[in-house]
Amino acid sequence: MDAVSLRSVSKHFGAKAAVAEVDLDVAAGEFVALLGPSGCGKTTLLRLLAGFEEPDTGVIAIGPREVARARQGSVPPEQRGVGMVFQSHALWPHMTVGENVEYALKIRKISSAERQRQVERALATVGLAARRDSAPETLSGGERQRVALARCLAMEPAVVLMDEPLASLDVHLRDSMQAEFHRLHRKLGATIVYVTHDQSEAMALADRVAVFDQGRLQQVAQPRALYAEPATAMVADFVGRGMVVPLDTPVSGRAGSVEARLWGEAIHLRSTRSAAPSTQACLRPEGLVLGPEGIAAKVDRAVFEGAATILHCRVERAPDVLLRVLHRAAPPAEGTPVKIAVSDGWLLPEAA
Amino acid sequence: MTNGAVPKASAVRVTGLKQKPRRWRWSGDWLLAGIAAALVILLCLLPMLRLLQEAFTPGPDGGWPLETLGSRSVWRAGVNTLASSFAATVISTLLGGGLALLIGITDIRRKGILTLLCLLPLLIPSQITALAWIKMLDVGTPVRSAIDFIFGTESNHPLYGAAGVSFVMGLEHAPLMFLSIAAACRAIPCDLVEAARAAGARHKRLLVTIILPLLKPALLAGGALAFVSSIGNFGVPALLGIPGRFTVLTTLIYQRLNGFGPSVLGEAAALGLVLTLLAGIGLVWQRWVIGRAPALRSAGPTGPVLPLGKLRLVIEATVWLVLLVLTIVPLAALLGAALEPALGVPLTFESATLDNFIYILTEYQPTQRAFLNSTLLSAGAAIVTALLGLVIAYYGELRRWRWMRALDAVADAPYAVPGIVLAIAEILVFLKPLPIIGISLYGTAWIILVAYIARFLTLALRPLAVALKQLDPTMEEAAQLAGAKGPRRLASIIVPAVRASIMSGALLVFLTAFNELTVSALLWSRGTETLGVMVFSLQSEGAAGAASAVASISVIVTLAIAGVATLFARRLPKGTLPWMP
Repeated sequence: MDAVSLRSVSKHFGAKAAVAEVDLDVAAGEFVALLGPSGCGKTTLLRLLAGFEEPDTGVIAIGPREVARARQGSVPPEQRGVGMVFQSHALWPHMTVGENVEYALKIRKISSAERQRQVERALATVGLAARRDSAPETLSGGERQRVALARCLAMEPAVVLMDEPLASLDVHLRDSMQAEFHRLHRKLGATIVYVTHDQSEAMALADRVAVFDQGRLQQVAQPRALYAEPATAMVADFVGRGMVVPLDTPVSGRAGSVEARLWGEAIHLRSTRSAAPSTQACLRPEGLVLGPEGIAAKVDRAVFEGAATILHCRVERAPDVLLRVLHRAAPPAEGTPVKIAVSDGWLLPEAA
Repeated sequence: MTNGAVPKASAVRVTGLKQKPRRWRWSGDWLLAGIAAALVILLCLLPMLRLLQEAFTPGPDGGWPLETLGSRSVWRAGVNTLASSFAATVISTLLGGGLALLIGITDIRRKGILTLLCLLPLLIPSQITALAWIKMLDVGTPVRSAIDFIFGTESNHPLYGAAGVSFVMGLEHAPLMFLSIAAACRAIPCDLVEAARAAGARHKRLLVTIILPLLKPALLAGGALAFVSSIGNFGVPALLGIPGRFTVLTTLIYQRLNGFGPSVLGEAAALGLVLTLLAGIGLVWQRWVIGRAPALRSAGPTGPVLPLGKLRLVIEATVWLVLLVLTIVPLAALLGAALEPALGVPLTFESATLDNFIYILTEYQPTQRAFLNSTLLSAGAAIVTALLGLVIAYYGELRRWRWMRALDAVADAPYAVPGIVLAIAEILVFLKPLPIIGISLYGTAWIILVAYIARFLTLALRPLAVALKQLDPTMEEAAQLAGAKGPRRLASIIVPAVRASIMSGALLVFLTAFNELTVSALLWSRGTETLGVMVFSLQSEGAAGAASAVASISVIVTLAIAGVATLFARRLPKGTLPWMP
């Protein structure tokens, strides 16, 4: 049984569709990241799950229970039993760390002794047992985030919702909190829906990533599949900055592996077996090599990136296109004519 | 308030100034700033110091002014002041706080107009509010008949005395609590409430465990302000306390000075000091509470909205009823009393008459003079405070001259002390003939103007200080590079940029001064009557109809001007007009 399921859920603010016709299932114990640029509707989707917004169309279920159906009302957030970790942590400033964690337990009329035990355990899980009586404002950003997490975990929610929980932290703290989230997810087996605009964060943490753009779900896939086999040009561009290039039609070959022509050169592309092919391909710098044969281009700029150099090459037949080529040897001088061969590429499927 | 982070651009400018102190010479900057400084020191600082000195100087009979504080009447007035102010604060808190909470965090409809109704008392001065309530509960009115029916006929007016003073002061200062709580409601991060709801908190628990604790600093700060305002209030105890033989410190000072004249100035100064001390405790407490409040940080939206559900209609109806009875009905009663042919004659469409209005506008000279005086005095005060405020804010906030910022703080003092204390202080300075010209301002309209400028300078200065603090400093720097000197930059770059704030500040001063009573009550004389004074003196002479007519016209003029200002509100920085938070 799915821990969370959405069926053709939409939400409009005025004329604008913040979330449009979204179908999504999250399995119990799964960590799903909602990824997309700001304003893509991912936070609205999270708030629909929490119950702070009601859908205009569609049905939302959490576990076996239907919590919202368009125009038929919805279960208020206080009765959904979901935990939420907010971007700003949302710690109540008039309560101590312990009281923050204890709050939900008190509401559930759990006995005092049991409450103390659970608070203790939740704080120990995030390594903050010693700060139980501190005021939230005395904590550092990372500690605050841990308390917010402990507060959420203590109520043993059916689903944990996280709204950009690391966005307000600085970079190296973000890394250590990522590791912490990963560890806790493995240890506790909680179902997590995690909103972020940072693709590397989504790829590092999630079992599956759901990419949104302009309210629409573009693709749901495991991180590797998302990178290697993007479903749309938006996903190809947003995840790992893939280069989307137009093919010379038509494409021939069996499903799974096709022959195509790019700027007159014959190339070989991977493709999906299920959907009809489009006329666009997604190329990545590591799938391009300089060679004796291939697409004629000139080196425009070489960007040194440590382990390798990225060559920005201007295609002769399409001067407004820059192909980025991962190059490990000493880079050729700017203006050098080169030939670019495609060692790996992905044929985008026809948009649904 | 100091802004810790000095913008980089102004830091550069300050360094620039440091490098050329020896090039100090007579400049427009210094002329302008010097005039402003001289005025602030003469009108604001000097009177306050003089008051202190007077209270600690033995009088002509050799007695120390502070000794009079031990007398029974002073002791009783002090206790009355504290008791009535405390009761009024409780009423302000329940009424203003309750309404602010309902309007601030629920999905009640028509919030804009409800807020306006809640803040209406800000525009109606104390003496007019008191008069309106007297009229509403006069013998013969339906409300009075109902009260007499329930409690038995009582010959005295039910509002004369301690309870009436506390109640009406409570109503009058409820907007202060309302503003404080409403602002705090808007600042609550939504996610704090959402986190509590996700944890399972509902309704009462959400209110008691999350929202009220978050509002606690605002509640205490608003309460302190309401308390301080009640301590210094003169209009309400003058109209309701004096006839009910309920004397508070402000009315005691007024009666002593009125009865014995300037010979008791020392004693009045001592009483004023006590009053200032009480108010000062309140203000210090308020600052302390605000300073201690935990900072609310939020990346997301603020101002949570909770659904009232099925109760919404009932609650809305109750709120409207309460607001109508507390604000609109008394004003209607006031207008009714002005239209009455004679006291006690029932008001109908046939019996209604404009006689009172004709009398005060065309026959009775003091009221005619009062309309002219109040208009000229408040217009004068508005213009001077706006100009003065502009200069102080420019050199203090934008140019960041440190001594100008100190003057900015000094300008707050005459508004922070009770109005009656300021009046005493101004008398002390301007009673003696001025040097050189040898004329005393006391007894002329000039002393009233001087006192108005001192008292209301901060009203014009605050919005300007905020506007100039927010102004992009590079605008000024670009003009500087273009070769414009200080005063020229002020006139050609700064004034156009903060025009709206100058206007709104001046308007606020005009509205407040137009109906002013507390300061003018001690400073007026024959020929320099003001509208506030006329309402008070006509009512205490028994000319209730004429008093109501004067009050009605004042209210209508005030509301009309406020209405015009509201039309321009969109162009003003948010929160410039106090009734449009």
